[in-house]
Amino acid sequence: MKGRIGLWRFLPLTALFFLLAGCGEDRLTALDPYGPQAQWILDNMILSLYVMALVIIVVFTLFFIAVVKFRRRPGDDEIPKQVEGSKVLEITWTVIPVILLAILAVPTIWGTYYMAEEAPEAAGSSGGEQENAEGEEGEDSGEEPENAEEAEEEGALVIDVTGHQFWWQFDYPDGFSAGNEVYIPTNQKVWFDLSASDVIHSFWVPALGGKIDTIPGVDNSMWLEANEPGVYKGKCAELCGPSHALMDFKVIAMEPEEYEAWEESMTGQEASGEGESSEEEAAEEEQSSGNEGSEEGDTAASEGRQVFEDQGCIGCHAVEGQGTGQGPTLSNFADREKIANVLDVNNENLEGWIRNPDDFKQGNNMPASPDMSDEDMDAIIEFLNSLSAEEDMNQ
Amino acid sequence: MATETAANNNKSVLWDWLTTVDHKKLAVLYLIAGALFFIKAGAMAIFMRIQLMSAENTFLSGQTFNEFITMHGTIMLFLAVTPLIFAFMNFAVPLQIGARDVAFPFVNALGFWIFFFGGLLVSLSWFFGGAPDAGWTAYVPLSSGEYADLGLDFYVLGLQISGLGTLISAINFIVTIINMRAPGMTMMRMPLFCWTGLVTSILIVFAFTPLAAGLALLMLDRIFGGQFFMPDAGGNPVLWQHIFWIFGHPEVYILVLPAFGIISEVVPAFSRKRLFGYTAMVFATLIIAFLSFMVWVHHMFTVGIGPITNSVFAIATMAIGVPTGIKIFNWLFTMWGGKITFNTAMLCASSFVPTFVLGGVTGVMLAMVPVDYLYHDTYFVVAHFHYIVVGGIALGLLAGTYYWYPKMFGHKLNEKLGQLMFWLFYIGFHLTFFIQHILGLIGMPRRVFTYLEGQGMETMNLVSSIGAFMMGAGVVVLLINIVYSAFTSERITVRDPWDARTLEWSTTTPVPEYNFAQTPQVRSLDPWFYEKVHGEGLMKPAEPMDDIHMPNGSILPLTIGLGLFVWGFGMIMLEMANPIITPWIVIGTGVIITFGSMLLHSIHEDHGYHIPLDKIKKIEKEVG
Repeated sequence: MKGRIGLWRFLPLTALFFLLAGCGEDRLTALDPYGPQAQWILDNMILSLYVMALVIIVVFTLFFIAVVKFRRRPGDDEIPKQVEGSKVLEITWTVIPVILLAILAVPTIWGTYYMAEEAPEAAGSSGGEQENAEGEEGEDSGEEPENAEEAEEEGALVIDVTGHQFWWQFDYPDGFSAGNEVYIPTNQKVWFDLSASDVIHSFWVPALGGKIDTIPGVDNSMWLEANEPGVYKGKCAELCGPSHALMDFKVIAMEPEEYEAWEESMTGQEASGEGESSEEEAAEEEQSSGNEGSEEGDTAASEGRQVFEDQGCIGCHAVEGQGTGQGPTLSNFADREKIANVLDVNNENLEGWIRNPDDFKQGNNMPASPDMSDEDMDAIIEFLNSLSAEEDMNQ
Repeated sequence: MATETAANNNKSVLWDWLTTVDHKKLAVLYLIAGALFFIKAGAMAIFMRIQLMSAENTFLSGQTFNEFITMHGTIMLFLAVTPLIFAFMNFAVPLQIGARDVAFPFVNALGFWIFFFGGLLVSLSWFFGGAPDAGWTAYVPLSSGEYADLGLDFYVLGLQISGLGTLISAINFIVTIINMRAPGMTMMRMPLFCWTGLVTSILIVFAFTPLAAGLALLMLDRIFGGQFFMPDAGGNPVLWQHIFWIFGHPEVYILVLPAFGIISEVVPAFSRKRLFGYTAMVFATLIIAFLSFMVWVHHMFTVGIGPITNSVFAIATMAIGVPTGIKIFNWLFTMWGGKITFNTAMLCASSFVPTFVLGGVTGVMLAMVPVDYLYHDTYFVVAHFHYIVVGGIALGLLAGTYYWYPKMFGHKLNEKLGQLMFWLFYIGFHLTFFIQHILGLIGMPRRVFTYLEGQGMETMNLVSSIGAFMMGAGVVVLLINIVYSAFTSERITVRDPWDARTLEWSTTTPVPEYNFAQTPQVRSLDPWFYEKVHGEGLMKPAEPMDDIHMPNGSILPLTIGLGLFVWGFGMIMLEMANPIITPWIVIGTGVIITFGSMLLHSIHEDHGYHIPLDKIKKIEKEVG
């Protein structure tokens, strides 16, 4: 009976959490987890809250009794007994906290290792990613060329993440890349190898798990898993400049079959932009030779595509799947949930953004084009709106 | 030998304050400087809360907001709380140990003026292209020459100079507390505030030196093309974080330990009961200080250092909870069985206990590494450390202000206004910060200048802002109280208006220049209380009455500080696009002023002066 009463007393705390889960936005708040890692974090947070509630209840009770009971009444000049201390009490409030902390230390250490799990060996070598410094074991298998599909079947998708001021680049093992919106299959661990190109950022998807910093010159790694398909919001959590607050991203989780179709669609796009052997070369080539380079490809350039090249957009924004690292790839622009992650998707916002990006994201690196003619603008917008991987997928 | 007349021949009040080496006057200078910086940084906080009141607000731009968060943090920690702590240490420590002044009065003044000019240099950044904007932690590469403007040069050099002042003062206090105690004042009879002052000073010596080294490296990177932290050239940005937090974590304890000390003075005084478990309190302080150097990586759990390191530092961090818990319970049991008077000082001091516990438990929660992956760099952390620095340090400082004010200025602060301030500040504080825990959990990162609509953050941010305005109102009431009380409050003529326990209350009010006409003989912990109960109501003298040797004032501390200020400004001019004068001339001028002043101080023999016996007798008779 006693035990039941005790549990009942703690119920309000748990209930409070379900109540609070309603406060935040669905698929953003960490109080409503959508993956095993986020669930683990929430469970252990609640565990620590129970332990801490114990401490708080004891202290607050003593405190309120003391301030009510031991008030000095007016005219009371009696000097209270001068107590030196109590060894028994001192030992009590040393030992009990030690026990409480030991209780918390166990899941802490277990969880630290749980979250630090490395990607299975095979995945690390496909797509030519850098291995995390701690994952040296991966080297053996690195010699056998393994294609990404096989790695995927083993359940280890490794996505390279690069933080830039103020956008995210996601490079997939198949060679294509995505900007600001990362697609993952549901119900499997997806690994992220993270770094940054300029300053330190931090990669955080509250509804799916914890965060880790992306640091220039350092390779970090973490995994996330989503239980359900959907769009999960991610944020940059490390101050990275004036538009730090706007450096959001989305994790779009799809059923594995659907994800595969998407992946194929993206890979197909990349194949259409042949003649680009690596990301850097692609960027240089585009910048130096202008539109000629891509005319060799079989893209029957629409008018918008032509303008996109003439205006130099392509110098930073790849549209064939591979990223340049200069700006987010626009291969699947029409699928975006937001423009530059801050603006609702509509043509007006898109035009406003292209004309003067600094109005919306202070300090970002995209040059303004305030004087572009309306025709060119319309053409570019039309072109951008035609870039969709999801549409291809459905066809 | 110079006589008393040499010191007091018709010098202006201003000159007196600029040249003073008296610890009580320096305390007032620290208090004023700290309060001004506090108001400045507090106003920035209000502006930030206005910006965050509604979603996608445009009151401040992202850039301005970043400058505000950086300056708010930098000023609060380095230029507001640190001098306020030093104000009380300067005032109370020599009196509490029965000394006539600190060990090196000249150095004491030097510490203040160097600190002050350093702070001034940081503040100047607003007029030269904007304040630093990389957060108070100034993480590279964001703080490097490539991503940050001149503001960071002001940060680097200003903090370097003010840190030097803090370091100098700390060394002075270590020497003072170890050497200047009155007869009978053994270490284990020292008031806890002196203990925490001693430990804080030791922490400063060990923590501010790595900071100085880190700032020097960053200065080399920024101004002289160094590559210590630049990844492109093989430098390591994580190195800066290690150096910064080896300083940064002890810094928290540097500030909070003296606040613990103040609480440990005020709670016994107004409970009319000796501090429960004095010995345990002393050792808890020492253990906290030791552990504070063992936990810095908990600020870097998400850097990706690896599970072994993270686990070790998690356990070390949790361990700090134990000695802190000991302190909490000892304060509670000091009140237990006492006769508690709830005036403003005691309201602040007692409410500190539950508030600090709330900040402490979130601290333990943050130590759980995997869960910290969620909390880290979110508003949860913002809430946690404000519970420590506002709910802990600020309440401690407020308690200290109301407690020592009559001894410092000769009158009490108005009690009604005081209680109004307390409730405004205390309720406003919880409104502001409690809800920020939840904001962090629902996905609000810290240091964001805005948040998008529809993320469920609007209401909570509004509540938080309203709380902040209440705290602001509380501070305004405090300022009104200070002015109002100066004109209306009754002058205090008794030694001990609170019926308190420690030596500072055995001196006459206002405290004469020489503190004690005769050095007191200490016979117990809480010596003043002991003499009131067991003795004749006055301290027993440990020496016959005689002339008292006092140090002369000097303008040189100010000029040494000024020279460093000019030097620092010259260094920053190296980075300016079109400096008006060649920077090296400015740098040279600064160096000449500083070293010239030092040289002058070395060759100018100054033996101080004596206050003659009959004058002391006259003063003592006047105040009774």
